[in-house]
Amino acid sequence: MSFFTDPRWGEALSHLPDYLGNHVRVSLAALALGLAVSLPLAILTRNRPAPRGMLLAFASIVQTVPGLALLALFYPLLLLAASVTLAWFGVSFSAFGFLPAMLALALYSMLPVLRNGITGLNGIDPALLEAAKGVGMTARQSLLMVELPLALPVMMAGIRTAAVWVIGTATLSTPIGQTSLGNYIFAGLQTQNWVFVLFGCLASALLALAVDELLGLIETGLRQRRRLRAGLGAIGIAALVAATLVPTLGRSSQSYVVGAKTFAEQYVLSALLRDRLQAAGLSATARSGLGSSVIFEALKAGDIDLYVDYSGTLWANQLHRTDIKPRAELLAELKTALAKENITLLGELGFENAYALVMPRRRAEALGIRSIADLAAHTSTMSIAGDYEFFSRPEWAALQKAYGLSFRAQRQMQPDFMYAAVASGEVDVIAGYTSDGLIAKYDLVALNDPRHAIPPYDAILLLAPKRAGDERLQAALKPLLGKIDIATMREANLRASGNDANSSPDAVAKWLWGKINP
Amino acid sequence: MPSKLAISYAHVTKSFGPLKAVDDVSLDIAEGEFVAIVGGSGSGKTTLLRLANRLIEADGGTITVEGEDVQNVDPVALRRRIGYVFQAGGLFPHLSVADNIGITPRLQGVSATDIAARVDELLELVQLDRAAHRDRLPEALSGGQRQRVGVARALAAKPRIMLMDEPFGALDPLTRDALGEDFRDLHRKLGLTTVMITHDMTEAILLADRIAVMRAGTLLAQGTPAELSKSGDAYVLELLRTPRRQVERLNALLPQGGGA
Repeated sequence: MSFFTDPRWGEALSHLPDYLGNHVRVSLAALALGLAVSLPLAILTRNRPAPRGMLLAFASIVQTVPGLALLALFYPLLLLAASVTLAWFGVSFSAFGFLPAMLALALYSMLPVLRNGITGLNGIDPALLEAAKGVGMTARQSLLMVELPLALPVMMAGIRTAAVWVIGTATLSTPIGQTSLGNYIFAGLQTQNWVFVLFGCLASALLALAVDELLGLIETGLRQRRRLRAGLGAIGIAALVAATLVPTLGRSSQSYVVGAKTFAEQYVLSALLRDRLQAAGLSATARSGLGSSVIFEALKAGDIDLYVDYSGTLWANQLHRTDIKPRAELLAELKTALAKENITLLGELGFENAYALVMPRRRAEALGIRSIADLAAHTSTMSIAGDYEFFSRPEWAALQKAYGLSFRAQRQMQPDFMYAAVASGEVDVIAGYTSDGLIAKYDLVALNDPRHAIPPYDAILLLAPKRAGDERLQAALKPLLGKIDIATMREANLRASGNDANSSPDAVAKWLWGKINP
Repeated sequence: MPSKLAISYAHVTKSFGPLKAVDDVSLDIAEGEFVAIVGGSGSGKTTLLRLANRLIEADGGTITVEGEDVQNVDPVALRRRIGYVFQAGGLFPHLSVADNIGITPRLQGVSATDIAARVDELLELVQLDRAAHRDRLPEALSGGQRQRVGVARALAAKPRIMLMDEPFGALDPLTRDALGEDFRDLHRKLGLTTVMITHDMTEAILLADRIAVMRAGTLLAQGTPAELSKSGDAYVLELLRTPRRQVERLNALLPQGGGA
């Protein structure tokens, strides 16, 4: 199949109104807030070197924080703020999605606006300031009639820089729940869907370029005092904003939101859940690419309505338990604990996606390694790779302790790249996932855990507190419970990791439904 | 001495840090007078001028404008009623000629139609072609035209007093001469009181009724050119001698009649 006739282009295009509209909306709000804060600050500090220096230093420090980290930081900050306002004033707000993304991006936009604002206002010929006074202007009139108009082209250049930065960085707001063009990139990276990655990169680059060109038109129009040019730029910006925002307006917010974490299995399962709800006549959308800790809080707050998590993950991360219990006991205890937070554990899907130490089958056979206990003797000369959270999770500490593991080196990797890395010998062992189809594809083996250091990871369906009594929803989901065995899920995951037209989460979800409901 | 005083400085001092820019200066300027303040750079002449409309505040002494102590007048109101011409025009580069000229009436809340009429009147007064110049930006004007606009702007609110900070200093000699003469006519025609700063004694002698000479913050001498020539101060006499010496040399070098 030709690259250009690949149906995934069409699928990507079908998401464009939603992703682009939300991208423009959060960028616009962030820029507006950033300007509303930065411009007055630039004006207030224009004749005060000390606070001006402090302000610029602060903005510069913010700029050095990586965009993803800044966005991630706002989520817990807002959660804390929301709990404080709830305790003090009895009102709470959503710390998920739009708000943290907008605040972080607004902060990110401050430096260029402040710097250019201050440069523009301080770069005015002192003779003109004297003239403004001399013709009888008050300080305020001088600011409005002389200083601001003269500084405007330089300020506009700063606004232009800020707009491009914000549009680019907004692609990173996907993991904290803000839909953006980053959804293409995150989903594409996780499911090895390069069409999506390319589409997302192109779309955000084109958006940034278009905004940059239009703001550039306004800037040169102001600089050369050509009203028509500046007007054309302004009309262009307004048209762009309108064209991208209008399709997302008037969409009902009543629909069910299915959450998904940042890996292929989650994308497939969220597509499956969404399809099931839609088949039952319920309006549903998927919100994917959410960070592992973000997603649970989002469910608790009702920002998403349902998602699939894993029993062992919640056991360690939410219940902060380090002991290991048998599968059924752990599930029962978890269900009770979640019920206290009004979260419904509807049931298990039927498979387990546990962490497992994985290595090439041939190498394991050659070394006579069948279990993690056998591996322990070799670890001092071996390297291990895991996903971004594995090495800071309690399971890793438990594993090291139970088997006395001490690897020569440990590396963090994008989950989908780990399997190829271990297959090619770049690392010796990886902390993989038992449901991953790539284990079979690369002829790898998951080592046994005879001392039960790793807890069970049953895939479980969770419902938000506000959906606890929602019978239509639960009826639509019941047919999935206990129906997906490990072999089926592995095959689904293997399909999703392919790079062809049938590997998109939507396509795999349809295949999966056909498989469990023949 | 003419009857009423337009501006009066009495024992005025102003320091910038350790530097005494204006040191115990007393000077009276009568209504209708054209006074030139002559001095080199750093003599304090610009400071003295700016004290009159409170662009700079005095440290000591008393300044009155039309009989009122300037300390009792709101500085913004004071500046609106005194015309001020800046060194290089001081025109706002983002405003058209008409908007520059009309700025002070606009600040006073004069209606747009009245301002437009006043601008046309002023363009004619400073001898600029209305159609060709009205909507231009300052950058499209020559130095002489800019200074004419500067004068028109200073006259827009119908002031009785004009302060001019080396208004013709940066112009070529021909333009400078023509502009000086034209302004002198305006001064007479409109019955203005004018205080002009210049470092050029020739210009001062040719335009002003009276000349005040400043050096290092002090007023060395004041009076008509004829009175000044009787001053005992060596610096004042040297300043007066220079133009005459130049004329003598010019006469010697050029054929009689001046032109080619």
